[in-house]
Amino acid sequence: MNQITELVDNSFIFTVTISVILLVGITAAMIYFVFRYSEKNNPKPDQSITGSTTLEILWTVVPVLLVLAMFFYGYEGFREMRNIPPNAMLVKVTGKMWFWHFEYENKKTSDTVLVLPAGKDVRFELQSVDVIHSFYVPAFRVKEDCVPGRTNHLWFHTSTEGVYDIECAEYCGMNHSYMLGKVKILPEKEFLEWVNKVDTVKKSDSVSAPPTGNVKTDSTNNSQVKTDSSKTTQVKTDSTKSPVKKPDSLKVNRKDSIKKNK
Amino acid sequence: MANGSLAHEVSYLKYEGKHKGIAGWLLTLDHKRIGLMYLMAILLFFFVAMTLGILMRLEMLTPGETIMRPSTYNSVFTLHGVIMVFLFIIPAIPAVFGNFMLPIQIGAKDVAFPRLNLFSWYLYIAGAILAIVSLFTGGGAADTGWTFYVPYSIRSAQNVTMTTLAAFVLGFSSIVTGLNFVVTIHRLRAPGMTWFRMPLFPWALYATSWIQVLATPIIGITLALIILERLFGIGVFDASLGGDPILYQHLFWIYSHPAVYIMIIPAMGVVSEILPTFSRKDIFGYKQIAISSLGIALIGYLVWGHHMFVSGMSDASRVVFSLLTFLVAIPTGVKIFNWVATLYKASIKFSAPLYYVLAFIFIFSIGGLTGLVLGALSTDIHVTDTYFVVGHFHYVMFGGMGIMFFATMHYWFPKVFGKMYSEKIAIIACTVIIIGFNMLYFPFFILGYMGMPRRYYDYLPQFQGWHVLSTVGSWVLVSGIVFMFGNLLYALLKGPKAPMNPWGGTTLEWKVPSPPPLENFEEIPVVTGGPYVHDKPTYIMHPGKEGLNGNGVVKTANQENAI
Repeated sequence: MNQITELVDNSFIFTVTISVILLVGITAAMIYFVFRYSEKNNPKPDQSITGSTTLEILWTVVPVLLVLAMFFYGYEGFREMRNIPPNAMLVKVTGKMWFWHFEYENKKTSDTVLVLPAGKDVRFELQSVDVIHSFYVPAFRVKEDCVPGRTNHLWFHTSTEGVYDIECAEYCGMNHSYMLGKVKILPEKEFLEWVNKVDTVKKSDSVSAPPTGNVKTDSTNNSQVKTDSSKTTQVKTDSTKSPVKKPDSLKVNRKDSIKKNK
Repeated sequence: MANGSLAHEVSYLKYEGKHKGIAGWLLTLDHKRIGLMYLMAILLFFFVAMTLGILMRLEMLTPGETIMRPSTYNSVFTLHGVIMVFLFIIPAIPAVFGNFMLPIQIGAKDVAFPRLNLFSWYLYIAGAILAIVSLFTGGGAADTGWTFYVPYSIRSAQNVTMTTLAAFVLGFSSIVTGLNFVVTIHRLRAPGMTWFRMPLFPWALYATSWIQVLATPIIGITLALIILERLFGIGVFDASLGGDPILYQHLFWIYSHPAVYIMIIPAMGVVSEILPTFSRKDIFGYKQIAISSLGIALIGYLVWGHHMFVSGMSDASRVVFSLLTFLVAIPTGVKIFNWVATLYKASIKFSAPLYYVLAFIFIFSIGGLTGLVLGALSTDIHVTDTYFVVGHFHYVMFGGMGIMFFATMHYWFPKVFGKMYSEKIAIIACTVIIIGFNMLYFPFFILGYMGMPRRYYDYLPQFQGWHVLSTVGSWVLVSGIVFMFGNLLYALLKGPKAPMNPWGGTTLEWKVPSPPPLENFEEIPVVTGGPYVHDKPTYIMHPGKEGLNGNGVVKTANQENAI
């Protein structure tokens, strides 16, 4: 099992176990008191009870210790998440309204589908060309925002072959919920085949920069044309050759992915 | 004897001063009438936002389009958030019941600045009108989420400018109310009411008011910057103009995290009022509860970064913010333990307000404990921006503040309106609410851990089962809420007259008639002891009249000394 996944799940189970014990304790005590000390069962309240220093110290110190333990567990998983292996393979991830664009070290690019070799550490450089997106792979318990104007980092270990969901977790406009993708983890040999094959095709086309999806939206293209154009010039290289993504084409992608799931 | 010697004064509902009829309300300076005007407006917006919530749940019943288009859904969840947060949750308990009860509980005739109080109501209404106008002008209702994150909020062609302007104006209403309460609590406490003889609801309002005064200006500036950025492209937040989107998130949460304590601390204050009343004994750990409100307010300022664990903030700040976040759990825990301990060896009169409080303690504990999952770094990175977060804040905001707002309405209903409601129906409604609430929101935790992101119009098929359960839960919850309000409305029209002190409460509001007269007290009372002492009187209601206190009992030696 993936180290990060394990650390996150263990930390979660630890916190939830303590929480359930506390919740059951509090609720049981409350319900018991309501019946045991009802008007009927206890007509005369004990007016002398107004507090207890011992108890106050007890229920301050014990929770402090508990939350420090929870903090530490969470920190351990986090340290692993930020401890990027030096020899990890690099993939550049670019969030765009509303699809994912991936660029490999050999300049090979891919949209929506992130193909990775099994059993490897993969490091991601996250960027955005328009608004904030968040690259989220629930199966690997990792998430980090793609913020325009800066590069964020993320890594995970591709332990087992399979197909996993990628979702955009930071609200980014009309088709936010269609900004989905797939991580496809292949055996290393198949991956190398894939990554090199498509790359040569691209080279013969002499396209070296990432294509841009020329996404037009109902909601952003009216008053914001100025900003839009200033942004797209940063990446726009060959708009006639680049694939034009429209919301409906994304929907098709999504339906494909649903079929795969079934 | 029930209505005591104040019976000759006219209740604030019937009093006619310089202005009559509707003007008597719109131009009133009476804190109680202003509180009621807030109540009307706030309930209206609660129902609007609740309706939007039901529509969202209906849309989530099936994947793909159920009843609306994605752009409509995005506006609907934005409005649900903006209206609930700025027009309901933040003002509900302080502006309605704080206004109404604070002066009475500390033995004052009104707040320190009655005109400012009315002004803040008008600011609230102005903000609300701006919010409504924003729906129908410009590019249509804002679609940014209530957090207005840049750069999306700068690029969106919808009417974000006016919506942020509305939130800006509402912020001023909040600041002015906070300022008024701080001064009122400092200057207008009755003779003998030392800080540690003050009831816990005023304590909670005091902590809240400081947050309102100190934190709200930050959101004002931030929202103003968004407006400037949209209008003139000043480039503070827009990365393509040299700004920093992360800066916006810092500024937004520096206010909006303390703001969640603006929302919850007053609710906690009411819990501390209701428990001793129905327990027939003093509250457990009075000082600890009072101080923990201040503790929460103070630490609450220092934890805003936990909203940004995946934003790209530096690793060191993530670790520090995580640690501080765990510390804010401590004073909250102290409160919950003290509340439960109050029930020990009490003589509990089981009634509707108490039942709502017990529901609150259960639901709020779930909300608080799931907050620990979000405070821990590694688990937060997995579940942040998913339904887990949505579940968590609905448990603390709705389950905490919302349920306590219902409890507050039931607790002070007889005092505010002088009428009694059917307790049986109130208890049945509360049971339906508890069931519906958990059906609606508990699946969110499971969905979130499964990886269902928030603010999704559409979802992958593996999530559908839990969405269906949740939507059915929303129907149960809403029936409970409608049932509850129906009961109160019926009581308002046809309910029997409420006595001065139907619950056996010990604080000052139970020593004036229901509903209270214009200036609350014939004479400013003198305070001789703590607020929740059940076995001896701690207030002298008519210190001017020799020999007698408000209950018609001969003064004790202790009370003589106090005068």
